[in-house]
Amino acid sequence: MRLSKAWLIAVRDFKIFGHQKNLWYALIIFPVIISVLFPIVIQYAINREPGLPAARIPSILDSFSIFLIIGASFVPLGIASYSIVGEKVEKSLEPLLATPLTDGEILLGKTISAFLPTLVAMYTGAAVFMVGIDAVTYPILGYYYYPNWTIGVLLLILMPVAIIMSVEFSVIISSRVNDVRSASNFGILMFFPFLAIYLASQIGIITLDIDTLLIISGIIFVVDVILFFVSTAMFRREEILTKWK
Amino acid sequence: MKSQPKSLSNLFNIHIRKIYHSQGSVMIEIENLTKKFDSLTAVDTLSLHVNEGEVFGFLGPNGAGKTTTVRMLCCLISKTSGNARISGYEIGNKEDSLKIRKIIGLVPDNVGLSEHLSAYDNLDFYGKIYDLTNDQRKESIQRFLEMLGLWEKRNVSVGTFSKGMKQKLAIARALIHDPQVLFLDEPTSNLDPEAAKTVRDFILELKKQKKTIFLNTHNLDEAQRICDRIGILNTNLLTTGTPEDLELAVRSRRTVIELEQVTDEVLKSLQKLSLTNLTVESNKIMFDTSDLDKKIWTVVAAIVLAGGHVNIVNVVGSTLEDVYLKLVGENK
Repeated sequence: MRLSKAWLIAVRDFKIFGHQKNLWYALIIFPVIISVLFPIVIQYAINREPGLPAARIPSILDSFSIFLIIGASFVPLGIASYSIVGEKVEKSLEPLLATPLTDGEILLGKTISAFLPTLVAMYTGAAVFMVGIDAVTYPILGYYYYPNWTIGVLLLILMPVAIIMSVEFSVIISSRVNDVRSASNFGILMFFPFLAIYLASQIGIITLDIDTLLIISGIIFVVDVILFFVSTAMFRREEILTKWK
Repeated sequence: MKSQPKSLSNLFNIHIRKIYHSQGSVMIEIENLTKKFDSLTAVDTLSLHVNEGEVFGFLGPNGAGKTTTVRMLCCLISKTSGNARISGYEIGNKEDSLKIRKIIGLVPDNVGLSEHLSAYDNLDFYGKIYDLTNDQRKESIQRFLEMLGLWEKRNVSVGTFSKGMKQKLAIARALIHDPQVLFLDEPTSNLDPEAAKTVRDFILELKKQKKTIFLNTHNLDEAQRICDRIGILNTNLLTTGTPEDLELAVRSRRTVIELEQVTDEVLKSLQKLSLTNLTVESNKIMFDTSDLDKKIWTVVAAIVLAGGHVNIVNVVGSTLEDVYLKLVGENK
């Protein structure tokens, strides 16, 4: 598999996405909500009577930060769904399939084209989130909570593998349905595993420390690899050309 | 009723071999190629050759298997049985499939352009896929867009283009890497007459450049004007030949001679000539002939010698449409 060829597809898709305002909205809205709303909520919790005790703030922030992963799991759904279903709609897959590109190169290109914009959007949102949280918690904590190792593992390891899982799942769904909305609707199922992790942390089954995050990341990475092979196996040129309507 | 297409095929096998040996090397070889979708046979034991530099027209009604054949040849779908080679590479062989895709260009029945990208970006993307250098891409893109009258619109989104412009751009896309074989699947369908003419003219330009072209069409006029040889498909291959030979093969040309009066002497003299399908209607005599120069003037001379006065001599030829309708109709 040639990465340069996959990159070509990704770059072309970036250009196409640039003309799709709806995809931009999906990409921007959630990071903006997280980065602005969460610091406001924490500020409110600190200021109200009785105020949030300083000792509880780190655990609350660690739990909150899983929402960055929840966001990362559904922000790429629109782009990932569009990248395959959009080709179906424009009927532009046949000439692409007639080139010397392999299935793996096409799918990797599609994965990159949904992965990178999501990662950039989520990192931007996370940066604003951390600055906002530090601004509101510094007076009560006496130190800047972010950055720390936990958020580092969460952003640099867990978030990328979570995005890839979501993208791969969307690609698989996209190859089975005929419109972007249906693909996105199915893709929302990706929300539940991370919601379960959040709930498990809230009821004390797991602690969202570095070790746990690394274990979760490892599991998701394995799922990513499996999903990539599944998506490649399900990407059947003949079926695409003869059964996709 | 089905025996006639087979005999026609036999008749033209001689002609095919003649062309096969007289022209360049064989670019496309198909032997008993069959494609089945579950219980439906889309293409049945198709065998034919297309020579290098030849424009081969594939005629047939909707659902005849033309697109399926092109997709098999472009390694987009698998064959059920049989063999086919493009420039010696075997379809169905995984390694050869990639090599085949490198040396072919495909214009599918749906143009399949990225509507949000400009004409330039659409071509540039495919140029990069085929590993053209920056200079090669720039040169090729400019050459094709200028040739097709689209250079001024190179930075405009393809979504704003007319169908004809899109079709031309799709052909340019398929040619960007200078493929050895160009597959065109219904390139003028759904186009208005002016756009269709522009596309046809461009194909004729490619023909002058000796590009090997496999043209799927159900436009008989287009096939007649563009193609060196034509194959008529209706799941199985009904016949192949040059447009002119196909016309002659299906029915001899009909000669109509109008006289001032058809006398007994004239009729007696014509009966001696053993004319095929001789009929008399009022003051007209009609018969089939495939040897125009020789037979018609022999007949005219016989009429004059028998005291007849010839007013008009007319030859009514069968058209490719007659051939097509006859063969496809018999095959239903």
